[in-house]
Amino acid sequence: MKNDYEIFISSMNTTIVEIVRTKGEQAESAGRAAYEHPLVVRWCHWANAISLFVLVGSGLQIFRAFPSFGDKIPQKDLLNWPKAFAIGGWLGGALQWHLTFMWIYLASGLIYVGYQIFTGNYRQVLFTHRDIPGVWPMVKHYFFFGTKPETKEAYNPLQKHAYTTAIGLGLLSVLTGLAIWKPVQLSALAWLMGGFHWARLWHFVVMWAMLAFVFGHLIMVVLHGWNNFVSMLTGWKKDPEY
Amino acid sequence: MDPKEAETGSRERVESKALSHDSKPEPETSEQSSEPQVLATPKLDVESFTRLSRRELLKVAPVLALGVFAVPTVQEFLLKKGLGFSDWASALLFRRGHAAPVFADADLTPFEKFPINDYDVDDPGVIFENWSLSVSGAVQKPGEYKLEQIQALRPYRQNTRHVCVEGWDVIGRFGGARLSDFLTMIGADTSAQYITVRCADDYYESLDMATALHSQTLLCYEMYDRPLTREHGAPLRLNVPTKIGYKQAKYLTELSVTNVLEKVGYWEDQGYSSFYGL
Repeated sequence: MKNDYEIFISSMNTTIVEIVRTKGEQAESAGRAAYEHPLVVRWCHWANAISLFVLVGSGLQIFRAFPSFGDKIPQKDLLNWPKAFAIGGWLGGALQWHLTFMWIYLASGLIYVGYQIFTGNYRQVLFTHRDIPGVWPMVKHYFFFGTKPETKEAYNPLQKHAYTTAIGLGLLSVLTGLAIWKPVQLSALAWLMGGFHWARLWHFVVMWAMLAFVFGHLIMVVLHGWNNFVSMLTGWKKDPEY
Repeated sequence: MDPKEAETGSRERVESKALSHDSKPEPETSEQSSEPQVLATPKLDVESFTRLSRRELLKVAPVLALGVFAVPTVQEFLLKKGLGFSDWASALLFRRGHAAPVFADADLTPFEKFPINDYDVDDPGVIFENWSLSVSGAVQKPGEYKLEQIQALRPYRQNTRHVCVEGWDVIGRFGGARLSDFLTMIGADTSAQYITVRCADDYYESLDMATALHSQTLLCYEMYDRPLTREHGAPLRLNVPTKIGYKQAKYLTELSVTNVLEKVGYWEDQGYSSFYGL
């Protein structure tokens, strides 16, 4: 009996089971469930979410020390971010949080990407040319009350686009961060971004782009309801749409 | 495509072809596709599914270990460890032969726009006539060194970026003697780990030996081709383009070569990075 589902859990692609009320021949259907998120993906998702939260909070506290991208003399502040929405209390404290959680962020990202590539599970999220035809119908559905296109897999083309973009932003956040942290040892990387001064701006811009993704992501999580949310905890999504 | 339809065989039949994501989108003309994506949907009773879900939920629990960062006493310890790890990685990344970018004169920040940062006073009132650099520690020739002795060493000038931990940066022109030349002059044991300095305003700092020996690390007595002004650290300051700004101490009065750091630096001892190499 155990093997019944153990086999499917180990399968990297989506696995669907039928949930039944009683065992035996006359089992009554109680719905279906799909195994969408392997354990490693769930670990990385939550470790990444926590570290992103800390990095944004501490990053904004670091930004408070010089809230500008212009000259120091004279200094024109771009944005006075409230201390209450920052982490670390002061510049030194925020740097401690930032320089600690950047490793957790990096590790969760590397493990996630490595796992997805190694297992082939990346097909679940990677936006490719095959997804392009499905973009417009989804846009019509989301923004212009169009009928919902039929789904055959865990993520629709727009979701894939969003997740692929977020992964790209994750990579950019690391690269711009490295250029700020090590503008001398990684001077070539900093040079690509226009030097330390510009790399600092790109790092800031990438953060807001990432926050825009998170904002949309959280709205969609709320709209899609409990079963969808639970799937990122247990891996199993009850009553999938496919 | 109805899973139940496909499931005409025995209940024991559990083989399932998972939804294949790389399969080409098939035309929607026929329900009876020649390559059904789902051969069978295995059954799982409600209780087993609940058990399975709980078990999978528990497996995610290790991520909650990050919650220890919320415990105040542990938090301080862990953040110190995290910072220490970053410093360790920074030291690994440091390359002796790699020079910090240098800039054309046209890129220089105007002297008036070069910020004056200090933790106490702009001018600690050094009396230049009486000034000397007091050298001690693992050196063959300890004692007092006058500015003329340092200026007698081969001078170097460099346009390098000065990066403050706060986030601003300027490109300045610095002139002085290489710290490595000075260390040779005083017969320093360069196998020692650290250089420490003390300042007229009671600021103090330290450098790892690899950075101290770097060719761009200067005992700086000139900025913008003129003698250092008092606000910028006259008569002698450090200029270390491979380090963050707070490492570049001003108004130097003492220099020591040592293997033991009782204190790292004024800001470091309050929680800033000890290494902070750029």
